[in-house]
Amino acid sequence: MITSLLATTAAIPDILVFAAGATMILVGALGVISSRNPVHAALSLVLTLFGIAVLFIEQQADFLAAVQVIVYAGAIVVLFLFVIMFLGVNRNEDIDQEPLAGQRSMGTVIVLFAIGAIIALGVEAHWVVGPHSVSGAPGGPYQNIGNLGRSVFTTYLFAFEATAALLVIAVVGAVVLARRSGAANAEQLEPDPDHKEVAP
Amino acid sequence: MTLGLFAAGDPLYASGLNWITLLIVIIKIIFSFAVCMGAVTLMIWFERKVISDMQSRIGPNRAGPFGLLQTLADGIKLFFKEDLIPVQSDRFVFKLAPYLSVVPALVIFAVVPFGGVVTIAGRTIDLQVADPPIGILLVLAMSAIGVYGIMLAGWASGSKYPLLSGVRASAQMISYEAALGMTVVTVVMMTGSLSTRSIVNSQAGAIWHWNLIRLGFVPAIIFIIAVIAETNRPPFDVVEAESELVGGFNTEYSSIRFALFYLAEFMNTITMSAVIVTLFFGGPDGYNPFGHYGSIVMPIAWFLIKVIAFCYFFVWLRGALPRMRYDKLMDLGWKRLIPASLGWLLIVAGFMINGWWGVGLALAVIAAGLGLARAFSIGGELESRDQAILPPVGRRPISPRLLRRLTDGDPEGGGQ
Repeated sequence: MITSLLATTAAIPDILVFAAGATMILVGALGVISSRNPVHAALSLVLTLFGIAVLFIEQQADFLAAVQVIVYAGAIVVLFLFVIMFLGVNRNEDIDQEPLAGQRSMGTVIVLFAIGAIIALGVEAHWVVGPHSVSGAPGGPYQNIGNLGRSVFTTYLFAFEATAALLVIAVVGAVVLARRSGAANAEQLEPDPDHKEVAP
Repeated sequence: MTLGLFAAGDPLYASGLNWITLLIVIIKIIFSFAVCMGAVTLMIWFERKVISDMQSRIGPNRAGPFGLLQTLADGIKLFFKEDLIPVQSDRFVFKLAPYLSVVPALVIFAVVPFGGVVTIAGRTIDLQVADPPIGILLVLAMSAIGVYGIMLAGWASGSKYPLLSGVRASAQMISYEAALGMTVVTVVMMTGSLSTRSIVNSQAGAIWHWNLIRLGFVPAIIFIIAVIAETNRPPFDVVEAESELVGGFNTEYSSIRFALFYLAEFMNTITMSAVIVTLFFGGPDGYNPFGHYGSIVMPIAWFLIKVIAFCYFFVWLRGALPRMRYDKLMDLGWKRLIPASLGWLLIVAGFMINGWWGVGLALAVIAAGLGLARAFSIGGELESRDQAILPPVGRRPISPRLLRRLTDGDPEGGGQ
């Protein structure tokens, strides 16, 4: 199958782009789990997300590629880095000790199960190697965004609104929790006994 | 050979991809890159000259006529300076950060249409490096990536002030990206396309077709304010506030790496001016008195005039306005610009359906705005309660109440 793919010259650019994207994803993913420094791990994650954006473009889903970069690389990983910077990087943390007993063996089992499930799905259904799009054929230059918008606001409206509601609830919840703990801290703190008011 | 959707909008690829189209693309890329580099050196000279005029100084006047070669001289000097890497720094990220800051600034220029459409030897050539269908989203994506350069430079320096600057930069740029994106949505809604060429074409013809006027000034103003914050230019340059953070994120940088940050800052000023012109001021659209003969030169000339006007505007702001305090800057972004851009988006959407929807949505937005203003005033009162003020650590020469009155204009303490 691979030789027949390579034989058709039209597929060569696609294969090159796929290879580049896949290499970025794999190198980034390995970097995420093997870096000892959290900032390096976050940067490797950016590389992975970029690789996924490249694969989206290769699949002619250019809107998803742009959104991938804007949302994931541009906002979410920046927030990760923001938190890492605020909390500080502890270089001496012992990563040989498992926080949960049996974590590694369980992780291995779950990963093997997930890979097996994906392969099984790929063999059984056309879920992995199926048609490019279910909401319309990739035709004119702006079909992409139009189709996506139409599906999101008609067929999948309920899922879309539910996601929006979930995000709003999360934001409101975070603000309420932050406010409550902030107020509690302010009440606990006693004024400095040594402090004297000096007349202006 | 299939080209895919990414190049579908560009008439250059109508006859497929071959060596001549490839050559044209490479020439366009090299030409744009060279023009960008030349424009940056001129922009640095321009800013220094204009600022010195505003401050009754002479400014650079030694190297070349009117000091035009000063930037070149500075560049050569920086290139030969000793390159220091602090011991506490993270070496790899420290070296990577300047490039992460320069590349997005250059890439944004690739989607800006800097002229009309030219036909040479039967080939239609857009005067822009690339016209992908997601055009304007590329600008947003690259300005999102631009955050990394500054925040990683701040973190990797292994020093306190650059770290503070990096944290400020990431918070500020993410906050203003929301307002930036929302105003871009207004433009995209009016055009019906994300491609920058379509956005420019839909504004062609007359000045009242420009998005500035079609969309009612508010999105353009919000976009310009957000761009100033996004490029960390004065009065929003808290990221490199000399009075608070030494030099900000680039304190520990020297030699060519410092020069790259400097270059990225001015490159960003130029590219974002070009993006403002593209989105709201018709891009290369303008009056052409020479008929057919001016159809190639006049659009480029109009584009240059508009971009230079905006570059001057940014320099003018730097000369005229004092730096904003950090918390006020974030308040402006979250409490004013984001609600305003969202409300205006709804109003424009309403008027695109019909007049009644427009008026109805305008009334709803005004009501929501009043509610929001009330919520902000209640929140502000809660924040300035006595319990909300943390007790000072150690001794202060003046009482906290007086200090607060002097700095914040405390409403209760005012009558004493």
